[in-house]
Amino acid sequence: MPITKVLEAQIDHVSILDEHGNFDEALGKGLIPDEDLIKLYGHMVICRLLDEVAFKLQRSGRMGTYPQNMGQEAPSLGAAYALESTDWMVTCYRENCGLFWRGLPMEKILQHWMGDERGNDIPRELHATPIAVPIGTQMLHATGLAWAAKYRKEDRVACTFFGDGATSEGDFHEAMNFAANLDIPVVFFCQNNQWAISVPGKIQCSAPTVAQRGMAYGMDCLRCDGNDLFAVVHCMKKAIASGRENNRPTFIEAVTYRLGDHTTADDARRYRDAEEVELWKARDPITRIKEYMKSRKIWDDSKQAELDEHADQAVSAAVKRAEGIESPTTNDIFNWMYAELPESLAVQRDTMRTSSLGQDPSQIETPQTSQQN
Amino acid sequence: MANLTLVQAINLALVQEMEKDDRVIILGEDVGLNGGVFRVTEGLFKRFGEDRVVDTPLAESGIIGTSIGLAMAGLRPVPEIQFEGFLGPAYDQICSHAARMRTRTRGAFTVPLTIRVPVGGGIHAPELHSDSPEAIYAHQPGLKVVMPASPYDAKGLLVSAIRDPDPVIFFEPKRIYRAFREEVPEDEYTVPIGKARTVCEGTDLTIVSWGASVVQCMQAIERSSTSIELIDMRTIYPFDIEAVEESVSKTGRCVIVHEAPKTCGFGAEIATQIMERCFLHLEAPVQRVAGFDTIMPYYKLENEYLPDADRIEKAIQEIGAY
Repeated sequence: MPITKVLEAQIDHVSILDEHGNFDEALGKGLIPDEDLIKLYGHMVICRLLDEVAFKLQRSGRMGTYPQNMGQEAPSLGAAYALESTDWMVTCYRENCGLFWRGLPMEKILQHWMGDERGNDIPRELHATPIAVPIGTQMLHATGLAWAAKYRKEDRVACTFFGDGATSEGDFHEAMNFAANLDIPVVFFCQNNQWAISVPGKIQCSAPTVAQRGMAYGMDCLRCDGNDLFAVVHCMKKAIASGRENNRPTFIEAVTYRLGDHTTADDARRYRDAEEVELWKARDPITRIKEYMKSRKIWDDSKQAELDEHADQAVSAAVKRAEGIESPTTNDIFNWMYAELPESLAVQRDTMRTSSLGQDPSQIETPQTSQQN
Repeated sequence: MANLTLVQAINLALVQEMEKDDRVIILGEDVGLNGGVFRVTEGLFKRFGEDRVVDTPLAESGIIGTSIGLAMAGLRPVPEIQFEGFLGPAYDQICSHAARMRTRTRGAFTVPLTIRVPVGGGIHAPELHSDSPEAIYAHQPGLKVVMPASPYDAKGLLVSAIRDPDPVIFFEPKRIYRAFREEVPEDEYTVPIGKARTVCEGTDLTIVSWGASVVQCMQAIERSSTSIELIDMRTIYPFDIEAVEESVSKTGRCVIVHEAPKTCGFGAEIATQIMERCFLHLEAPVQRVAGFDTIMPYYKLENEYLPDADRIEKAIQEIGAY
């Protein structure tokens, strides 16, 4: 037998609640208790509203460039719901819903996009890292964070989020390789929203699934309907258990769709068909939960009206808080560069308004060392 | 006290810091059983075990990116990048994340990380094993860049780097890894980051240098009849401009020597600051003796490229006679 088969591969796609209301009882029963489901649904509604309001804030000049999360609420929320609060969440910028579930105040995200670094000053107890801007670099940090937990024998996994475009980046592959070969408990969670700005998923990955990329590194791979909260929770529970019990990483591909533009600086109509967007609007992760809950008689229009009002209040309050934060001081440009500010930087800080950069204070006619905004 | 090479001094610093602090872990390519390609981590794998001295996959960005995560979690990783020529793949992680983390999170996350990197030419190595990229990293705000020129300083500076709460690139001049020995205390001591060392005192001319070039400077000084003060910067950023200012204000003449290409080399910054601070004391223009603005040649021509005592001596004569 000169040729023998050395690998037989299989990738499972998980769907529990589809867009037509079909619910898989075998997989879904008891997965999310009703009282949790109501909370999760309400949370998604609030996040969707915040997203719409954030878009308007940008359009009206009250906020800088903002990447809408619309349509992608379920993946990060399902993940955050399945994780313990002591597990790390290492995100990029379409995980608002999961971060808010973890406890990140909504105004922190607004503050970030309003151009204030303090939006990244995330309380340590949330075990969430700030939004990573360069694509596909944060998976390595997640691997390091989970590695540290393993080293210290802490019962903690890390879940890192990224898009389909990020799976083309070298760091993504290095992170998967490190985690798999060094037995580090990381969940690699790909939000396959099918578009990297204007470039479609097939240019990032010509294989039938993104999920199989994990297989090349010897880790378990799962694929699910990312707009199905139940399917996401199902996959996450498996991945988390594998991390906790055996320090093994898992790759999850959650197939979803970016309903909005890449950011407020983008116009997706330039490169994708309206029909495609309409198709995915019909697969909205929020609508299907609502219909499911209505069919189960645990939700009705009056509860919805109550929720909508609550969402309005919550989002308005978050915007008010974000806009009410005092501007950072000029000194902040310098003061966080190092634990201890080097003398040369202190000079730049203290003379920035009184001298051209780089002049020594002793050479300035009237040296001033106080700072001002 | 022991008479140690620079490699041995670094090894001793690693051993002592690892014994003292279990947050210190080493990771990189071949750092484990093999003890590193230059044997800097010799014996550590056996002594501290595979959890603390970790052979990683061959991926520089991966080594630094995971080190950033380890550091964000509160450990003190000391990754090794095998040669400075392989820092390139990790540049994004170093500059886009390690350097920025403290300020972009306003202190919520910090990266206490020490990246050890053999640096520079002169050992007949293949290409991309002989460069001097210190100015590139000195130009990235948020990093500290260190380059010792002696075993004593190497030990003391490495201890400071490991204990430093911010990311440090610790360049180890490979040409002098085993070139000479020096008395190095076994007892704990530190050499502060950001402080230069006056190697020898003089009155007529100042030479400013760092890394392996300091040895060439000493050779030139021994040949010269001029009274020369030699300053070893030891740290490229933050740098001890006061030490330079004090010396040049006294001597009025300065030659800066480094292996890296001349244009935009770190000597350019020092020369500018000398002009800003010592203009009225200067008797001659500041002269640089540096690598050329070329690709570092293969080793048959590397000694033509690297500043040597002859070139330094010539600069001393030119500037002395100006």
